Amino acid sequence: MTEPILIMRDLKKYFTVGHTGVIRRKPIDVKAVDGVSLELYAGETFGLVGESGSGKSTIAYMVAGMHRPTSGTIEFRGRDLFEGGGGRPLDLKKEIQIVFQDPGSSLNARRTIAQNLAVPLRIHKPDEDVISATLRLLELVDLPPSYMYRYPNMLSGGEKQIVAIARALATDPSLVILDEPTSALDVSVQGKVINLLMRLQRELNLTYLFITHDLSLMRNIASRVAIMYLGKVCEVAGGAEFFQRPEHPYTQMLLSSIPVISDEEEALKPAKMVPRGEIPSPVNVPPGCSFNTRCPYVFEQCMQADPQMIELHSQHFARCHLLKAEN
Amino acid sequence: MGVEMTSAVQATQLTAEDIARLRRESRRENWGRAWYKFSRNPLSLIGAGTIIFVVCLAIFAPWIAPYPEHVKPFTDFANASQPPSSQHWFGTDEIGRDILSRVIYGYRFSLTMGVTVLAIVVPIGVVLGLVAGYFQHRWPDTLIMRTTDIFLAVPPLILALAIASILEPNLFNAMIAVSLTWWPWYTRLVYSITTGLRNEFFVTASQVTGASTSHIIFREILPNCVSPIFTKMSLDMGWVIIIGASLSFVGLGVQPPKPGLGTMVASGTRYLPDDWWISAFPALAIVVVVLGFNLLGDGLRDLFAAEDG
Amino acid sequence: MLDGINMVVYPGEKVGLVGETGCGKTTTMKTALNVLPMPPGQIESGQIHFKGQDLLAMNGREISRIRGREVTMIFQDPMAALNPVFTVEEQFSPVIKHAANARLSKKEVRARAIAALEEVALADPERLLKAYPTQLSGGMRQRVCIGMALATTPQLLIADEPGTALDVTIQAQVLRLIHDLVEDLNTSIILITHSLGVVRETVDRVYVMYAGSVVEMAPTPKLFANPLHPYTQGLMESVPRLSGGGVSQGIPGRIPDYMDPPAGCRFHTRCPHVMDICSRQKPPVFRIDGEDGEVDGVHEVTCFLYDGEHGAAATTGEVTT
Repeated sequence: MTEPILIMRDLKKYFTVGHTGVIRRKPIDVKAVDGVSLELYAGETFGLVGESGSGKSTIAYMVAGMHRPTSGTIEFRGRDLFEGGGGRPLDLKKEIQIVFQDPGSSLNARRTIAQNLAVPLRIHKPDEDVISATLRLLELVDLPPSYMYRYPNMLSGGEKQIVAIARALATDPSLVILDEPTSALDVSVQGKVINLLMRLQRELNLTYLFITHDLSLMRNIASRVAIMYLGKVCEVAGGAEFFQRPEHPYTQMLLSSIPVISDEEEALKPAKMVPRGEIPSPVNVPPGCSFNTRCPYVFEQCMQADPQMIELHSQHFARCHLLKAEN
Repeated sequence: MGVEMTSAVQATQLTAEDIARLRRESRRENWGRAWYKFSRNPLSLIGAGTIIFVVCLAIFAPWIAPYPEHVKPFTDFANASQPPSSQHWFGTDEIGRDILSRVIYGYRFSLTMGVTVLAIVVPIGVVLGLVAGYFQHRWPDTLIMRTTDIFLAVPPLILALAIASILEPNLFNAMIAVSLTWWPWYTRLVYSITTGLRNEFFVTASQVTGASTSHIIFREILPNCVSPIFTKMSLDMGWVIIIGASLSFVGLGVQPPKPGLGTMVASGTRYLPDDWWISAFPALAIVVVVLGFNLLGDGLRDLFAAEDG
Repeated sequence: MLDGINMVVYPGEKVGLVGETGCGKTTTMKTALNVLPMPPGQIESGQIHFKGQDLLAMNGREISRIRGREVTMIFQDPMAALNPVFTVEEQFSPVIKHAANARLSKKEVRARAIAALEEVALADPERLLKAYPTQLSGGMRQRVCIGMALATTPQLLIADEPGTALDVTIQAQVLRLIHDLVEDLNTSIILITHSLGVVRETVDRVYVMYAGSVVEMAPTPKLFANPLHPYTQGLMESVPRLSGGGVSQGIPGRIPDYMDPPAGCRFHTRCPHVMDICSRQKPPVFRIDGEDGEVDGVHEVTCFLYDGEHGAAATTGEVTT
């Protein structure tokens, strides 16, 4: 593999949601992200998968510069994204862009498509003609030029999302964060958007950090997948390997929960793993391994110590007391 | 043409004229759509028609009013207190002035008052609301919103009365007084919209891409506030006209012999019920213009609601 | 907007109604329960029979005797279905009283509520009754809703996207729970969903809806083994597979405006097998398989491809006889 384009080291993000006590007030923290270390390689699609409260979106927002980490670092091509105290410099903003989940709110409904696309163009390409740059962007994403002066509410959900992708690409970024870009779309429309994203990745040599809860989708497009549960990463592996040999009990539970439409897929689901229990609130993460309230294989050690991430076999990492490295 | 121009036509082949045409067509299409929706509501059409009529009356008053000289100091006791007739459609008042002419001129004062007050109030209120909303939970929010609370605690009519009685009682001071108490409503309206919008993804997206704060506030958020602001402005015109008339009624607005609608109603009350037309027609004129603005405002609100849905 | 919907649900049967945004699946069920706001809703024609009685001909009181007692409903968003200012018990009691149709003491109502909560696998039901909906997780709220819906032992449960707002591991549990409970109670269920996977794992028979009309109906195994309508086929191809194989382009075009649906077959604007007749005439229902009255054998499709006269060639090898 090529060298990493993005490195997260022991990344933590706590949000204070309240205080306890009256005299000795202690903050109540939600550990949205709690010690995550990941590497993204140039040109890959890295799938970050998790359920609500897993912290996957918080990671996306930190990489995009919307939140500052509580501790830990994120390096982009060797540069610390949060060096110094102030805002992120414009040349880094240019390199890292984000596409949001909700096509309804990610475009300004009171401004035309051209005006929406002009925002990044004016900031990052002040010397270029805005209209011709807008036309080139529309062509890049296969939208007709007649859309320029339309308003977002005249477009379908899928088309809006495609405009949002075009806007992210306006700055010629190298890393694009995709925060559930298709989960609000109907499945018959999703394919078009995903295929567009894949084509753009090849043509423009983009790296994707793909945030999603849809493992079936990741099976088809991700080069590597990481699973998050309550602010921590449970398992990281290459796409195909991940689905053939899921190691962490939570990964197995997730896979067995997916509603599938063929027997062939049914065979891939870990049959013994019956989903059970509720996801604990991120305010009250259980001590030890955070999955110990739902894990069917739970034993004493799980209640006391949080397991370490180990490399089980080449490029396949997991964090579970049951699992031992192969050699 | 806009429909046929599909992706078969490559964007790079478009000439400047093509783009200009596209823009014209889209604009026409958007306006056409808005007009279609607006025109589907008969009440808002009536409202808009009334407003246009009244505005024309006010602008062209010297040419429309049958007796323009009756607006200046004028007496004609021979024709005093005439009931409505073909010469004086609305009758004449206690000193023989044509009421129709005075009502037409009265609209000038009412509309001037409404427009001036809104012209002072809206920009101030909107900018403060945008700033406070965008910096929610920070000091500009606290400073601005607590100030609006203080101003909102004062009833507009009372403040207007106070100011008008301290200063000279005239239309200008009345407008200042009303403006002082009116801007917080716009601040509040825009504040509530802004606090909702600042977390929308399109705002975040411009932040991530590096847009300046003033760009986000004025180019991204403000356009989303325009429709509720217009709606409120239309409804407020009616209110401001009523307050102006009320001030004139108690003698603190338009001063006689100038023909304020409220002043005319007030002076006519002495001759009720026998010479009812002296105050009834100016009162009716107030009702018509206020109703017009309210119908228009409701129509605009429905129009904008349908657009968002 | 709805156009000629024919649906039959047999006692104890689990039926799925699948379709994408705006296809009219929720509207159909609201019409069936007579809760559609009218105006703007309008029923042009048709009947809805529940145990032989026409629901559309009934007055408000007769309907409400059936609704909430013999026919109950659960929704996508359990937070919206529960009132946040009342405790679970305060919301549970009227349901039980309405259902019982007899005078119950406070104690009896409470006992029944507790039993219902235990039924939906909620631990510590007594404490739960005192809780407010906001204090519960999404999965627990949906369980409470299921408990309320089934407390009356209804004969028909209508579940509108019951797992869509939930995380996948929680959704799996909720669907399993609904599945097991309706089997135990011998309740019929209509499961409304956009997810083919959910349908396949939960129901016996499926109706596929597109733009306000039913395009295909088949027993679940038959539908997934041999989807006939081009829309059903396109939908199935669009679903990314856990077994890999890439992501298909999906169905071209966009879902038609339901205010102004295309003439003829409503799918003809997006159909890869479109023929001349499709834009001119509305396709009738073609019975591909099964006999009248045969509950789990009938496979019907609303598409001219399966008309011997027009599209016999296209169907060769696809029609099972």
